[in-house]
Amino acid sequence: MSNQTAKLPPSARLTKWLVCGPPLVFLLLLFVAPSAIMVVASLRFPGEFGGLAPVAAAPGVLQGLTLETYRFFFGDFLYAEIFVKSFLVALAATLICLVMAYPLALLIARSPKKSRDLMILLVILPFASNFLIRVYAWMILLGPQGALSQLVNSALGAFGIGPVHLLFSPFAVLVAMVYVHLPFMVLPLYTNLEKHDPSLLDAAQDLGANRWQRFWHVTFPLSLPGIYAGATLVFIPVLGMFAIPDILGGTGDMLIGNLIKDQFLGTRDWPFGATLSILLTGAVLLCVLVAARLGGAGMRHA
Amino acid sequence: MALLEIRNVTRRFGGFVAVDNISLGIEAGEIFTLLGPSGCGKTTILRMIAGFDLPDEGQILLDGEDLADTPPEKRPVRTVFQNYALFPHMTVAQNIAFPLRMSRCPDAEIRQRTRDTLQQVRLGDRAGRYPNELSGGQQQRVALGRALINRPRLLLLDEPLAALDAKLREEMQIELINLQREVGITFVFVTHAQNEALALSHRIAVLNSGRVMQVDDPPRLYGFPGNRFVAGFIGHINILDAQVLETAHGHTRLGIAGLGEIIVPPVAGAAPGGKGAFAIRPELVRIGVHGDVTELKNHFPCEVRNLLYCGDVTTYRVQLANGALIEALLPNSAPGRAELFKVGDAVNVGWRHDAGVFLHE
Repeated sequence: MSNQTAKLPPSARLTKWLVCGPPLVFLLLLFVAPSAIMVVASLRFPGEFGGLAPVAAAPGVLQGLTLETYRFFFGDFLYAEIFVKSFLVALAATLICLVMAYPLALLIARSPKKSRDLMILLVILPFASNFLIRVYAWMILLGPQGALSQLVNSALGAFGIGPVHLLFSPFAVLVAMVYVHLPFMVLPLYTNLEKHDPSLLDAAQDLGANRWQRFWHVTFPLSLPGIYAGATLVFIPVLGMFAIPDILGGTGDMLIGNLIKDQFLGTRDWPFGATLSILLTGAVLLCVLVAARLGGAGMRHA
Repeated sequence: MALLEIRNVTRRFGGFVAVDNISLGIEAGEIFTLLGPSGCGKTTILRMIAGFDLPDEGQILLDGEDLADTPPEKRPVRTVFQNYALFPHMTVAQNIAFPLRMSRCPDAEIRQRTRDTLQQVRLGDRAGRYPNELSGGQQQRVALGRALINRPRLLLLDEPLAALDAKLREEMQIELINLQREVGITFVFVTHAQNEALALSHRIAVLNSGRVMQVDDPPRLYGFPGNRFVAGFIGHINILDAQVLETAHGHTRLGIAGLGEIIVPPVAGAAPGGKGAFAIRPELVRIGVHGDVTELKNHFPCEVRNLLYCGDVTTYRVQLANGALIEALLPNSAPGRAELFKVGDAVNVGWRHDAGVFLHE
């Protein structure tokens, strides 16, 4: 690698820096630097009225760096539980998105070219209205006066089961999570499926594969890179999401996103908030790494 | 009874008739070729045999049974696609084993037969490779192995040599012939390249605009084209407008405008006054200055206009007194002897009386 760089003529090297420079600066300034600040913040003491305590205060209590917040996190089962719960919610939302998006993406990819653009437009149309407004809309849809609640409760009432609250429940959170992130699953899947060579399906059929075998042995394995991409695009935002649980989850339903937000805005314990953020970032990076590995393995020969 | 019988099959796409009332019989164990220019309907016929398309009218019978209600995956017919359509996410061995896995063969049998097939298509050392790591010829062999492993009754090959370079194509032709002889499976080959068709086939059906122009073995097809289209499509040929002057026992006299009279063997169905064309292959035309040409029944004085030296042969284009151009192909059978004649030479052109054919209008 370094050998290759050394052999490049100076003009090519300059071009390379010009092309790579802006994104590099962007990442350094907006990802690496803030992450470093967060790492340092997580090791400091909380300030008296929020914020951080000065690193070099008067001699005595609360100064220098400490691993106290990490000890606190790993010392209490509660936080691990919220982490696990958040991961499970993210996993569930990702799987539901996948199951819902796959047939849709397949349908769009196999439609005549003319109608595909319109269908894709319809998939991304919800982005035209504000994210928070769409989430608030679910309050109305799922609210006790909403048609859906009425229908569900009258049906349950027939079996003598008491009325349930759809709103302010893990159910409402999951519904909105899936709703908001569905396009992020549809688009990469469609992009992948649309590129499949239709002659492969003809060949599979010619070689004796029935409809199900054609899907399972040809379409599905070839779509794995799309699945990994979509899963990453859904899983990560859902994991950090705090607005949806805040609005639709009610008081009891806390995910990591809410916990972190509370540390900064509620409890005003910045070092602990920073610790949670760093741990979350680490966990997400791990997930991306795994997804990239899996996706890379699938993409190598496709 | 023919292995595959195509009976009065018609296929239309909107107003376009791709296949127009075609009937063909393909015998067990032969290499049968559908030859024609693009758009002649050959690929549509192939797709209908494979089951990807259905005839609007007529029947396709395999061993006497109508295939209309049998979906492609149930037909004992396999296709080698033009782009091979190898599964990119599977290794060579997995590609070849695919049909057996689909039919839920026992694992041990799959392993054994995959190994045998890999040997047969000489890919034993490539079993673990992926298609994109193979050369064009190797990919072709994977497609062949994959199609043959389940021993189909019929193998369809859609322009299988089109993606290969010229040198490899010749090698692959010999390989295909050997493979077919070895496995004894009927091959139906679709191509627009007449030289491939002549080299590979036992019989050829020449198609044009959805109709069968002629079905024959390669030498007869080349030597006795039945009409202008076949004559012009296969190989090089001189075609001159002609009229029947006299039909006698043992020969027919033709009149060629401006050239004069020539003698050809008796022509079936020819009557004096009948119009048509006289066709003769360049390699059957002789050129000379001495008696060897003038002894022939058909000979005319002419002048050499152009010559194309091709190494093994030289093509001479000679012009007759009335302006007609005739091509003659002479082998350069002695080393270094390239130009027997020079441009501008006055020579005689002639041919044996049975060298050309009369084509009815």
